[in-house]
Amino acid sequence: MTAIADPTAAEIQTVVAARWLRDAASVFIGVGRPSTAAILARAVHNPELVLVYESGTIGAKPVRVPLSIGDGELAETADFVVSVPEMFNYWIGAGRVDVAFLGAAQVDRYANLNSTVIGDYDHPRTRLPGAGGAPEIAASCGEVVVIVPHGPRTFVERLDFCTTVGYGDGPDGPRSRQRLGFRGAGPTAVITDLGVLEPDPDTKELVLTRVHAGVTAEQVSEATGWELKVADELATTERPSEQELAVLRELVSR
Amino acid sequence: MAELMSLRDAVAAVVSDGDSIALEGFTHLIPFAAGHELLRQGRRELELIRMTPDLLYDQLIGMGAARRLVFSYGGNPGVGSLHRFRDAIEHDWPRAIEIEEHSHAGMANRYVAGAAKLPFAVMRGYVGTDLIERTQVAPITCPFSGEQLVAVPALAPDVAIIHAQEADRHGNVQLWGIPGVQKEAVLAAKRSLVTVERIVEQLEPRPGAIVLPGWVIDAVAQAPGGSRPSYSLGITERDNDFYRFWDELSRDRDAFVAWMNEHVLMEPAHR
Repeated sequence: MTAIADPTAAEIQTVVAARWLRDAASVFIGVGRPSTAAILARAVHNPELVLVYESGTIGAKPVRVPLSIGDGELAETADFVVSVPEMFNYWIGAGRVDVAFLGAAQVDRYANLNSTVIGDYDHPRTRLPGAGGAPEIAASCGEVVVIVPHGPRTFVERLDFCTTVGYGDGPDGPRSRQRLGFRGAGPTAVITDLGVLEPDPDTKELVLTRVHAGVTAEQVSEATGWELKVADELATTERPSEQELAVLRELVSR
Repeated sequence: MAELMSLRDAVAAVVSDGDSIALEGFTHLIPFAAGHELLRQGRRELELIRMTPDLLYDQLIGMGAARRLVFSYGGNPGVGSLHRFRDAIEHDWPRAIEIEEHSHAGMANRYVAGAAKLPFAVMRGYVGTDLIERTQVAPITCPFSGEQLVAVPALAPDVAIIHAQEADRHGNVQLWGIPGVQKEAVLAAKRSLVTVERIVEQLEPRPGAIVLPGWVIDAVAQAPGGSRPSYSLGITERDNDFYRFWDELSRDRDAFVAWMNEHVLMEPAHR
């Protein structure tokens, strides 16, 4: 019997994201690692989990990781398929989806997200794809989990552009979720390849609550562009089980 | 009433230089053949409208056919950047392009308002973001509850072009699988063209399918494989390898132009 190779940082990130869906009824996902995590969650933790893709496929049951949110397998295995206006008005906007996984190019301390431009809007250094569904998804889904790589170019003191509101300027500011009239709870976790950040219950500022095995709080602080707060009781991620790793690797190899 | 025409004649009949034009299809059923025919006919100064520009608008933008782009997500789905879209915005190559960007929810509601011939749609969205200062959206108060909402202006393109699996000889169209915003785009537009995989004697009703009657469509043209490298569910498969190939090829301006000349401009139209 061959020993299973140690998990990579990316695999740990995916496994932790999948565990976040243990008790969720439904999850909204884009492509890439979030999609892999959600498919893993259905396979290992939560077989009843409803996968919702932006393309309109609700209850999709992919056995491979799709390249695009509109791959044929998603439509063919879905419980039902809806138009884009129906997706955003009846399902996302009305708050019928429990958890949303979002990515971004930049994240700030209040888990606001930039996926529009790096640099000045009119003369961008890098033009990113833009908002897609994110602003309304983050406003209306039950909770948001942000999945991004951890580095100082991603975790910034100040966003170049605010595409999507997490906690705005905190609980009491003019851009708080409450003032903006958002109905979802907002970001409950930022899961990276180094650890997990969660909002402080009072200030809503992201706090490092968990590091993955072999990672130190100092390392995470260095990879963060603001003075990162660290929880008094910093947890360490439970190592991916053999089952989690085996299913994940099988899934990615298909 | 829809007229059955060749792709070349249909594109010539519905599209003129300077038109605002929506070629829709959300990952699925993207009307590539019709977009390529636009390029072969030399259409210019277009206002391109599409939620997800995808490879098709990357090609039209890179060939300089667009003066303006209205969109909500300009990426290569699952792969990364649209390099021609980026080059146009970052470096004005091959020309400067004006942009108007929205969220998906905003674009979808703009089409819904257009289809209903209403001036605007009401939604919750945009608030708190920097997008609100950069696009067409305005606050509006609910006259019944006083709730603060936002209004987005209706989209009413000169032309909508979509691709579907089939049409009958009267130009009635049926499409199934991921439906996107194609129905709304056709009903919002002043003129419309539907390209189809096949013409059938009679449409067989399918559960969950969308049917557009011939009397809301101007032209129907047969274009088998006309959504490639996107796909037509049940008939063709999404060419994911092409989407990855495009990421490499389109990084280089010369390689892009050479590829477009060889594979799009030189290709005969579907007749």
